[in-house]
Amino acid sequence: MNMLHTVNKSPFENSSVSSCISMCAKNNSILFIEDAVISVMKATKFTGMIESSLKDFKMYALRPDLEARGLSLDNVIEGVKIVGYEEFVDLTTEHDSVQSWL
Amino acid sequence: MSEDAIIKKFMYVNRKSPYGTIYALESLEVVLITAAFDQDVSLTFTDDGVYQLMKDQKTDGIGMKNFSSTYAALGDYEIKKIFVDKESLDERGLSLSDLQELVWEDEDEDYAEKSSINLVSRSDLSKIMNEQDIVMSF
Repeated sequence: MNMLHTVNKSPFENSSVSSCISMCAKNNSILFIEDAVISVMKATKFTGMIESSLKDFKMYALRPDLEARGLSLDNVIEGVKIVGYEEFVDLTTEHDSVQSWL
Repeated sequence: MSEDAIIKKFMYVNRKSPYGTIYALESLEVVLITAAFDQDVSLTFTDDGVYQLMKDQKTDGIGMKNFSSTYAALGDYEIKKIFVDKESLDERGLSLSDLQELVWEDEDEDYAEKSSINLVSRSDLSKIMNEQDIVMSF
């Protein structure tokens, strides 16, 4: 199964991001939305975890949620693709299923 | 205000990112209400709450009200004690320069603008919190 995982909580707030990463199958995709976009920023406590997971999963972050929080697109970890709502829709249709980590 | 009015020390502790939940906006509204009653108000930004003060927030894309400019009005409400947790900034790769500047005007010094933001450690925060009459957590 080619599954898309979406996460919407800050990695500092609860374990959704780390649980998602630990249970995500290889070559699945993870889309970070809402407060979870914090996960893909450089120089945080979680940067290493995200960087080392990039070899196993494709990762995406929703641009409007980054911009709303004043998070600079230049400070997003290399390898994480920044997407808009249209690409969010594309991702959901390109994958067999979607799992939302709430 | 009568001379025997009771002034209590209120601290509002902000621990959440601004748009994922309604807590940040609700906190700000309650803070402004308390300030209107001439109380001793201070604000703490810790954990993901530090993101509330980020510069350059642009909310057009998510279709939500951008309330970040309201923090700049706190000085006009005589709220001049804003504590930012240094450890929270550090673990997020942030520094004070990523946050908006907040000032108050000192009428005793010809309305000179002074910074309201105090960068503090968690052990400082613990002491300051312990001096409060009322602590409200958002």
